[in-house]
Amino acid sequence: MITPQRYWREIPQRYRLEAGKCKKCGYICFPPRLICPKCKNREFETVRLNDEGKIASFTIIRVPPEQFSDLSPYAIGIIELNDGVKILAQIVDCDFEELEIGKRVKVEFRKIRSEGEAGIICYGYKAVLLE
Amino acid sequence: MREVAIIGVGMNKWGELWDKSLREIFIEAALSAIDDAGIDRIDSMYIGSMSSGLFTEQEHIASLLADYLGVAPIPSARVESACASGGLALRQGFIDIASGISDVVLVGGVEKMTDVTTGGATFALGTAADQEYECYHGVTFPGLYALIAKAHMHKYGTTREQLAMVAVKNHKNGSKNPLAQYPFEITIDDVLKSPLVADPLRLLDCSPITDGAAAIILCTVELAKKLKKDPIIKIIGSGHATDTIALHSRDDITWLSATEKAAKKAYEMAKKTPEDIDFAEVHDCFTIAEICVTEALGFFEKGKGGEAVEKGLTALNGKIPINPSGGLKSKGHPVGATGVAQVVEIVKQFREEAGERQIKNARIALTQNMGGTGGSALVHIFEKE
Repeated sequence: MITPQRYWREIPQRYRLEAGKCKKCGYICFPPRLICPKCKNREFETVRLNDEGKIASFTIIRVPPEQFSDLSPYAIGIIELNDGVKILAQIVDCDFEELEIGKRVKVEFRKIRSEGEAGIICYGYKAVLLE
Repeated sequence: MREVAIIGVGMNKWGELWDKSLREIFIEAALSAIDDAGIDRIDSMYIGSMSSGLFTEQEHIASLLADYLGVAPIPSARVESACASGGLALRQGFIDIASGISDVVLVGGVEKMTDVTTGGATFALGTAADQEYECYHGVTFPGLYALIAKAHMHKYGTTREQLAMVAVKNHKNGSKNPLAQYPFEITIDDVLKSPLVADPLRLLDCSPITDGAAAIILCTVELAKKLKKDPIIKIIGSGHATDTIALHSRDDITWLSATEKAAKKAYEMAKKTPEDIDFAEVHDCFTIAEICVTEALGFFEKGKGGEAVEKGLTALNGKIPINPSGGLKSKGHPVGATGVAQVVEIVKQFREEAGERQIKNARIALTQNMGGTGGSALVHIFEKE
């Protein structure tokens, strides 16, 4: 179960795709980090990820975790965004037969799941096909 | 650094052991190892367990198990690196003896996975992935390995049938291992007709949920010789490496970089190359994993792991037999115990106690154990003197 504080602190990344761009080497960390894994620099500027990219790989989840059982089956992909950052997200609003590695997608703000009857409604990013 | 030998191994039947608790299955394996070694002294213990807390609501098991083994107050530590916890325990035991701190060490691994529902077990295993950036979106472990499989098939032309051949081969080996959870053969057709779990992976591409433990006794080579052990089985190389636990953060999701780097260190320490290895026990948590692992260990070229299985190169009578024990697929995968059970198989093969699955004239062998989608990896190399 996600507690409010744990949910709340991830909001900038999940709602606004905020990332940390290394001021020295330009590497983009998503989520933001305190030290650059490439050059060890510790200074970053906050940037918004490019919200378009392509499918690097995908699968259809047919045996889901309990919290996702009402959505099953659903597609999950690794998306390589135009700025080179890769993220994992559901790919929605499509027939599974349409999915292919290399297809263009756009990342949108969507509901991810509800935590039971009275828990947190979890939001974040999901991908939709552009072609 | 002092040379390290293995003088005892213990492992009992794996499966859904509803009548046995975590402490019982561990102590049975530990006592078997102690009896096998014929020693009356242990200086310290290392236990690999991924998540006794989530699986059985019991933490602090290092002391619990030392107490139940009747060896308290010796130092006992539990180590965790997801599914590589057993391999990590082995490395800690190796370091403890090599450094001169202990002379006789018990290395064990245990996971009691069927005290929770399948959903509960899936959740516990999922914690080896990035909770906030993988699990949050509804991905599962079969799903993550499916992403690897899909990319490997796209990039290298690996086929759906080649994936199935890994499961068929490992079940064939496991059918000759009486301790295996599923000691029976399956066909390619069985795999291809089993239910889809996460495309393209099907149920029979996945290792099962298992209760089980394994234990081994390490000591200095000097002491092993004094005890007149024959053959002398040495650990001649140990490598450990890490990688991002989030699969999507890697440059190439089809390449197991931590396994490659751990292997490089182990090969260097052992002064061996992939060509010197007679057989290996590797981490086939999913069929695609074995294909990627055999590439990262340098047994086959990048992208050729699928072809190697199809040509029979990894079969029991092939160029380099992989997973003679049946692997995680057929033998079972009680996550924390897996890395230690791999060593049990090496020792049985070296002692020529492997029955129908015996590999002839093997002198150099390797184990590879990894956590999550490869965010941690342990590689060890063994020599029979």
